[in-house]
Amino acid sequence: MSATTARGSVIQVSHVSKRYAGGFEALREVTFAVEPGEMVFITGHSGAGKSTLLKLIAAIERPTAGSVIINGQNVSAMKPGVIPYFRRNFGLIFQDHKLLFDRSVFENVALPLLITGFPRAEIAKRTRAALDKVGLLGREKGKPITLSGGEQQRLCIARAIVNRPAILLADEPTGNLDTAYAEEIIGMFKSFNQVGVTVVIATHDEDMIERLGPRVLHLDHGRIAA
Amino acid sequence: MNWLLVHLDTLRESLARLARQPIASALNIVVMGIALSLPAGFYLGLSNLRTFSRQLSSDPQVSIFMTIDAGTAEIAAVEQRLKSNAEIGRVEFIARDEAFARLKRSAGLADVLTNLGRNPLPDAFIVTARGNDPATLEALRDQARQWPQVEHVQLDAEWARRLDAALNVGRMLVTLLAVLLAVALVAVTFNTIRLQILTRRDEIEVSRLIGATNPFIRRPFLYFGALQGLAGGFAAWAIVALAVLFLNIQLADLSGLYGTAFKLEGPGTNDTMTLLAFSAVLGWLGAWLSVSRHLRHIELQ
Repeated sequence: MSATTARGSVIQVSHVSKRYAGGFEALREVTFAVEPGEMVFITGHSGAGKSTLLKLIAAIERPTAGSVIINGQNVSAMKPGVIPYFRRNFGLIFQDHKLLFDRSVFENVALPLLITGFPRAEIAKRTRAALDKVGLLGREKGKPITLSGGEQQRLCIARAIVNRPAILLADEPTGNLDTAYAEEIIGMFKSFNQVGVTVVIATHDEDMIERLGPRVLHLDHGRIAA
Repeated sequence: MNWLLVHLDTLRESLARLARQPIASALNIVVMGIALSLPAGFYLGLSNLRTFSRQLSSDPQVSIFMTIDAGTAEIAAVEQRLKSNAEIGRVEFIARDEAFARLKRSAGLADVLTNLGRNPLPDAFIVTARGNDPATLEALRDQARQWPQVEHVQLDAEWARRLDAALNVGRMLVTLLAVLLAVALVAVTFNTIRLQILTRRDEIEVSRLIGATNPFIRRPFLYFGALQGLAGGFAAWAIVALAVLFLNIQLADLSGLYGTAFKLEGPGTNDTMTLLAFSAVLGWLGAWLSVSRHLRHIELQ
């Protein structure tokens, strides 16, 4: 397998391996590239390394070997002080949501903008726009606990897109949702992708992939299967 | 302008956080206030004592008391000896009648003295050294004791010097106490912030994941520590000021009985500002130590 060297790639993963303390090898010699504006699905059984791969891309973890290059920046060589700014390139949707249950819906979505340091008026405007896109505009004063599972997932998405990131990374975004909700969520990702956002989704939902027919990277025990 | 707004927002948030847990905050502030009021109160007591001792002791001087039955000739001889001593600056002779009259005028002892019927006071010389050198006066004291018809020689500077030395010891104690209690204040803040970090762990973790820098995460905790310290300093100020107020009410009675107007000075503007700044800095330091220590753990997980 030769390293992808395409110039314009947004995400370039070359010969990446990840071994955890204790010897478990989550990824072995993984190589692929994602072009700007692409929508890519990463599939595989649970424990195949999907989440690990997303974490390596967002610099949440570091590869044991190989290189991860995002927009020309080598993640493994990055200084700790640079990483916070680097992460602002991404919209992250976590498997366990990671919502703040002591904050209102509005405050959850506004957090990335606060971190970036936007003026207050701009924060309010952008937060409402993001909530509008996921259909939660009327719920901004409520607490996340009052939302259904599907609504919580949409709240996560609002938080991920509020910063208008170039890359969306989603880990099992349709995990515990019934088909109707899942379809709605996938529809949102498609619409973001249509306006130029690069989308990488880790999922084990084979139905969805069959229907969409997207580019799929299949992971099997930490290796990319053909 | 934007960064200023960010800091103001953090300040507002920290105040809101203090207010959200009124009992816990109040207890912390009271503990800090008491801890700080001890050295602050002692310091104030010392500076009051120092002003008081300055009022009492002017230049060091030697008092030479003659015997009651000393004649004019012996007095003249002593005066002669004093005047011929080149190191002596000023010699003041106080005749026994004059001393008696002075005593009658002051301290409300007139009745007692009148009833006494006779003057119990001796003639006296008050001598000041030219160079204000205590060694000269000590030498003079030892000489004068040998002279005929000299009853008693007293070096007046001695008690003032003893008081001064005692005040120095007191000042050292205050410093030690201040250092110890400053450590206590830092420890209290350290622990408060540790608990806050634990309860806000999710928030810190999520913020990290979506691109928060370390200063962004630290800032609210540092503000909280400094604010809590400041409030503790203010509590200490209030404790000391109230204590002075109550003591002065009692002192007014006491000094009224002695016919003097003695009253304690409360903490001045400079001292108050120093106290507040000191406590805010200590709170900030405690928060900083705590955040630096505990955020590292969150990063690793």
